[in-house]
Amino acid sequence: MTIDRRTLLGGAAALPALGMLPFNAARAQPNNTLKIGVLTDMSGTYRDGAGPGSVACVRQAVQDSGVTGRGINVEVLQGDHQNKPDVASTIARQWIDRDGVNVIIDVATSSCALAVNSVVKEKNSIMLNSTGATADLTGSACNPNTIHWTYDTWMLANSTGGAMVKAGGDSWYFITADYAFGHALERDTGEVIRKNGGRVVGNIRHPFPGTTDFSSFLLQAQQSRAKVVGLANAGVDTINCVKQAAEFGLTRRQKLAVLLMIVSDVHSLGLNTAQGLVLSETYYWDLNDRTRNLANKVKGSMGGAMPTMWQAGCYSAALHYLKAAADMGVAQARASGAETVMRMKAMPTDDDAFGAGSIRQDGRKIHPAYLFEVKTPGESKGAWDYYKLVRTTPPEEAWRPLKDGGCSLVNT
Amino acid sequence: MLEEFLFQLEMSAPQIVLGLVNGAFYALLSLGLAVIFGMLNVINFAHGAQFMMGAFVAWMLLNWAGIPYWGALILSPLIVGAFGVVLERLMISRLYKLDHLYGLLLTFGLALIIEGLFRNGFGSSGLPYAPPAALSGAPVDLGFMMLPKYRLWVVAAAFVVCIATWLVIEKTRLGAYLRAATENAPLVQAFGVNVPRLVTLTYAAGVALAALAGVLAAPIYSVNPGMGSNFIITVFAVVVIGGMGSILGSVITGFGLGLVEGLTRVVYPEASATVIFVIMAIVLLARPAGLFGRA
Repeated sequence: MTIDRRTLLGGAAALPALGMLPFNAARAQPNNTLKIGVLTDMSGTYRDGAGPGSVACVRQAVQDSGVTGRGINVEVLQGDHQNKPDVASTIARQWIDRDGVNVIIDVATSSCALAVNSVVKEKNSIMLNSTGATADLTGSACNPNTIHWTYDTWMLANSTGGAMVKAGGDSWYFITADYAFGHALERDTGEVIRKNGGRVVGNIRHPFPGTTDFSSFLLQAQQSRAKVVGLANAGVDTINCVKQAAEFGLTRRQKLAVLLMIVSDVHSLGLNTAQGLVLSETYYWDLNDRTRNLANKVKGSMGGAMPTMWQAGCYSAALHYLKAAADMGVAQARASGAETVMRMKAMPTDDDAFGAGSIRQDGRKIHPAYLFEVKTPGESKGAWDYYKLVRTTPPEEAWRPLKDGGCSLVNT
Repeated sequence: MLEEFLFQLEMSAPQIVLGLVNGAFYALLSLGLAVIFGMLNVINFAHGAQFMMGAFVAWMLLNWAGIPYWGALILSPLIVGAFGVVLERLMISRLYKLDHLYGLLLTFGLALIIEGLFRNGFGSSGLPYAPPAALSGAPVDLGFMMLPKYRLWVVAAAFVVCIATWLVIEKTRLGAYLRAATENAPLVQAFGVNVPRLVTLTYAAGVALAALAGVLAAPIYSVNPGMGSNFIITVFAVVVIGGMGSILGSVITGFGLGLVEGLTRVVYPEASATVIFVIMAIVLLARPAGLFGRA
């Protein structure tokens, strides 16, 4: 087909008409409908940890909340931001302006999380962030429209990093993903190391996404002779690093600190390679009866995979949002994001993912954190039986103290 | 001064070796692309997906049929090559008379579909694939660094395959037919050579090279649906720098750019993903046909 000026002009004229359709539909929506948008990575490195599983968990939360029995309709939308901040904020704007979305959940990748964080503030909407890690969401970038739900870089740094320093790993070399998340994780872990009398001897920053071969970085880490090599990256990047570190025999003289690794990464690595790694999560399916209960409910819609902490966080966030919205009335919940978030902060949280908890003034969701060690193949009873609990950090110690974050919402 | 130079050399030597390993993958992949482009005039954007399929077929052979690495090294390229035959007969062969762009768009679309299917079936974080017992174990001491045996094997295997492919195309009767068919297909057909079949097999061979690279990559990189798209953009830059369709050019450039990238990872790691494209831009400005291409 050749494209001439007439078809081009005709196409351009048709575009606004297409755009009108959903706009009209949004206007026609009845007033007792809440719209949840799950904005996440559906096609890239974080897909298995978040992605379709996050959507499945949000749907489960809608079912468990029981709001439909009270005459409230809930619609769940999903979007793929491809780990690109510009795509993330475009989808967020479209959802809020055109489709009437009331709350955006998940938002994997810190750079995307920060982008959507500004959008929801500008539009007085809501972001409940589960998968993004940067602790800036409740620090310098905090706002009255965002709650940071599952974990953050400060928690990872103190739980995993702190444990490694205390075990004698007092000199560190960082391999860091070159974007907001990697920088935040390296910064927060560096502080923990220095506070405990250790030192950082060097670092390299690798391009994200798109790095497949980490051998040169691992070799530089080896040459640094640091006792601990800290991996401030995530997903496929961390998987490739661990795989190649084993290949190069790095773990014979140095310790590997996987600052962010989740259960689906361990599943992908296999226990032969992953055994002995120490990592921090806030949810593991086999922790207690409640966590097992949640896993059993959702694994059917996730192709048999167990939920990760990111996905469990989406469940917990959606459940609490629906409780608060039902409590204050749908019309009011739809009218103001900040007011709904205020209500959510005033109510205690309680769910199968994290147990009883609360939400702090700065938007930090509070619950315990856990330090795990990956089992050896001999210790594991089968697929997804991967962790031994090493230590539970109580909620009051797990998160950055309120006064240290520099969040403008905190009254000093 | 001398001391500093020696220190730099000591730091760089291992990076040069690692650069060669990555270069081996670039060379193998760009070789397949160059063969396909040189003989068929098709820009095969599905090459990355076919590389990924090679790795996945190796995983399937191991986990579903119990066939180990060495068997997969032969079988996986054959299986993915057969897939290439189907693709060429059903779709790509219809586009030979059209502009290059159509071939590029078709194969790009195919790559997206193939990757999407694998992502739906296997997820995105990848599958474990262990190196064969003979090539795992303690790394080899090269004096200035410890290199895993498997990486040595990759360089050696890639080198042999590259040389063999070049010999077949430049020095054998089959290669002569191929080159003649590229120049003037009707004339070669008049001599009794089945040109369409020759072209189909050439495409299959190019695809098989990608799959072979995929099997070689499986034990060291995460076997995941995105593994090809990470490589393919770089590999296209390699082909452009080497000169579209130049077999020897793509091999030399592949190894060479692996080295450059390796050294960048020491000097300025943040730029290691970009450096190849900077070189590409410079080469395109100075020598639009590529370093080894004929204008």
